[in-house]
Amino acid sequence: MASAGTVRSADNMSTPDNSMSELGALPRKFPISSENTSVSDRKLRFKVSGLKMFYGQKQALHSIDLEILANVVTALIGPSGCGKSSFLRSLNRMTETVRHARIEGEILLDGQNIMNMDVVKLRRRVGMVFQRPNPFPKSIFENVAYGLRINGYKGSLSDSVEHSLRRAALWDEVKDQLHKSAYALSGGQQQRLCIARALAVDPEVLLLDEPCSALDPVTTAKIEELLFQLKASCTIVIVTHNMQQAARASDFTAFLLEGKLIEYQPTPKLFTTPSDPRTEAYITGRFG
Amino acid sequence: MSLRTAWRKSVNVIMLSLTGACTLVIISVLFFILGYLIWNGGKDISWDFFTKLPAPVGEPGGGMANAIVGSGKLLLLAMLFGVPIGVLGGVYLAEFGGRTFGFLVRYTTDLLNGVPSIIIGIFAYTVVVVPMHRFSALAGGFALGVMTVPITVRSTEQFLRAVPNPLREGALALGASKWKSIVTVILPAASSGIITGIMLALARVAGETAPLLFTAFNNHYWSSGWNQPVSSLPVMIYLYALSGYRDWHEQAWAAGLVLLAFVLVVNVSTRLVLSRRTSVPR
Amino acid sequence: MSSNVTVVKRAPDSGSVRAFLHKLAVGDAVAHLITLVCAASIVLITSVLVYQLWTNSALSRHAFGWHFWTTQAWDPVFEHFGALAFLYGTVVTSVIALALAVPVGVGAAIFLAELAPPQVSDMLAFVIDLLAAVPSVIYGLLGIFVVVPFVRVYLAPFLESALGSLPLFKGPSYGVGILTASLVLTIMIVPFIISVSREVLLAVPREQREAALALGATRWESTIKVVVPYARAGIAGSIFLAMARALGETMAVTMVIGNEPRIAASLLAPGYTIASVIANEFTEATGSMYLSALIELGLVLFLVTFILNGLARLLILATEQRGGSHA
Repeated sequence: MASAGTVRSADNMSTPDNSMSELGALPRKFPISSENTSVSDRKLRFKVSGLKMFYGQKQALHSIDLEILANVVTALIGPSGCGKSSFLRSLNRMTETVRHARIEGEILLDGQNIMNMDVVKLRRRVGMVFQRPNPFPKSIFENVAYGLRINGYKGSLSDSVEHSLRRAALWDEVKDQLHKSAYALSGGQQQRLCIARALAVDPEVLLLDEPCSALDPVTTAKIEELLFQLKASCTIVIVTHNMQQAARASDFTAFLLEGKLIEYQPTPKLFTTPSDPRTEAYITGRFG
Repeated sequence: MSLRTAWRKSVNVIMLSLTGACTLVIISVLFFILGYLIWNGGKDISWDFFTKLPAPVGEPGGGMANAIVGSGKLLLLAMLFGVPIGVLGGVYLAEFGGRTFGFLVRYTTDLLNGVPSIIIGIFAYTVVVVPMHRFSALAGGFALGVMTVPITVRSTEQFLRAVPNPLREGALALGASKWKSIVTVILPAASSGIITGIMLALARVAGETAPLLFTAFNNHYWSSGWNQPVSSLPVMIYLYALSGYRDWHEQAWAAGLVLLAFVLVVNVSTRLVLSRRTSVPR
Repeated sequence: MSSNVTVVKRAPDSGSVRAFLHKLAVGDAVAHLITLVCAASIVLITSVLVYQLWTNSALSRHAFGWHFWTTQAWDPVFEHFGALAFLYGTVVTSVIALALAVPVGVGAAIFLAELAPPQVSDMLAFVIDLLAAVPSVIYGLLGIFVVVPFVRVYLAPFLESALGSLPLFKGPSYGVGILTASLVLTIMIVPFIISVSREVLLAVPREQREAALALGATRWESTIKVVVPYARAGIAGSIFLAMARALGETMAVTMVIGNEPRIAASLLAPGYTIASVIANEFTEATGSMYLSALIELGLVLFLVTFILNGLARLLILATEQRGGSHA
């Protein structure tokens, strides 16, 4: 096992096996779904073809082709400004809330073009959790119930709320204070509340935009554990600038740089034997 | 310390005191106004004042019940007219507004805000009184309503814009359509600010006299319905103060105290609520 | 999905999708429309206001033309209307009020923004905002029963004896008049000058003050030589705002000005302002010419305050942007 010193060495033509082994050899907390299963057995959730994105004149994404598989955790990594958040937001058409943002190309969800779908329906199927927790100024219960209420849910709200809070591993901590304000919770709890809120409408896909960047390591670990549990029922796409997180918690990883997709591989492979030297440079910390 | 430095330092102190004195003078004016009103007006505040109609000239007693009720009527009309336009207009500016049209709306709102209230009175006269061929509470309420619109629009827009974007995005990401996100998340989040804006607008128009002089006019008796002239506190103060009768002067003081108390209480309480609320939870 | 509970019933991808889509699209469009109509109605109201002022004053404008503003005669009986006296009264009272209010107001604003500790400043600013909220008719009340006797008994005799040789201060005075109205106006516009100037001064970037202080300037020197000049456009804006307010002020002035449509040399004499004559005579205006003349006065008052307010806002905006670009 190479020591840290080897990874940081100046000779940039070091053999892939040695330099990448540090990250690749990290004990994995969560077994990878991509092991023991060939990719072709997996269902395809998102098929992105030729995706380009423009903010006014500036082009943020350059013709990205990517296939996101169902029921796995896919991580998007890359340096700041590489377009990973823009890419994520295009998956649920949140880019439309930005003036002057324009998209070209095709994104298919289960074979259907998302641009032809009703955007409200799309956002029920594809949920999102943001970087900073953004609970509504309502009670914990009302936050989780919000999505259900606006979508005209006819069943038992309290049952659904409890179910979602359990899925988000928050139920035990808040079950006695459901009617307290969401702002009374700690940052990590608020983020899990936002996850519960997103889960309440039973999305097929959950998009997370650097969900742990504002949280401490203990809470981060809890949330990563959560994602592992969730992926059985939900497809997870997570943007992260924390490579260790990508390495330990995701099944597939996509590396973006300056709006282009550089490499997309099952996670262990990307972190041990990346095909592209730029990927290698990024994950060894030479930039970004 | 050189002479020059000593001079500079003393100038500093002198100017500090001078400007402080200016401030003190202004502050004391407020307390003087308040004190004088309480002193003069307090004498005549009685249960009668709030329940009786004005007595004929020369007779002591009587009250301003009709003026108080009249002011209430006018404020209600002002609210009915001004609040929907003001709040919804503010929603438009904050949530839907286009570049040029939004600019035009804002510009005319500011313009309307700066129009002297007597001109608004003329406007209401030409638009309501003349077609109706009579003075009425409707005309007065319309005039006051027009005055509340700019204040309400501005404060609604301001408080809506202050709602942080993550809240908006959170609602949209859960599949709320734009209007649903406005109604269920954004407006509730801004509600306390919007309500205080409305109350401040009402406090402002409650004291307005000029626009009522030829719209609601005046009424020495109860006015029924909405299309008759109606009495109001500010107009009564004006007429009684200018009259030559001592009794009426005293009543004017009492009315002044009631009016000022109302205006100040609303202003102080709304500003307190606002300043508490500005420490928004993270 | 592994969830045991079917949480949300998904709309089947069939004909009802169309209906659902339509309903949702209509919802947003309806909301947009409703709010747009309300916003547009503001523009409509203002346009109608200007239109009404213009058309209802047509009679008078065509009859008198520009002479309206150069004639002093105000004769409802023979329908000779000239606005010179009102113009004079309005301008003189406002100018005097400004001359008195600006030093006090700007001085207090400087104190509050620069020299006072923050909590004191906020509290006092709060009190001053309350002063701005006091209704005009209450100032009028105090004007009649406090200022008028004061002028009649103390101030006018004093001025007469001290400066009576000047035609400006020739008596006698019954207490009401141009000077009294100016004094009342002063107290009414000071709070505006203070609050706007204070905000403008507070908006000056810290770096400016700090640069001056770091060079060894006293607080006063940093204020008067650096901060105030930086904010001078905004302070000028506050003065314009106050002037617009003074010009349009009706009730308090009407109650103490004496209501004489006459130009007198003395400040102690009664006079009349545009707003006052409208307030006093509108309901008694018999004949359309009379009314039209009054409305023409209103039109001009509107235009003047419009221009002043517009200028004021530009100036205040200029100062704030200047501050912002340095932030």
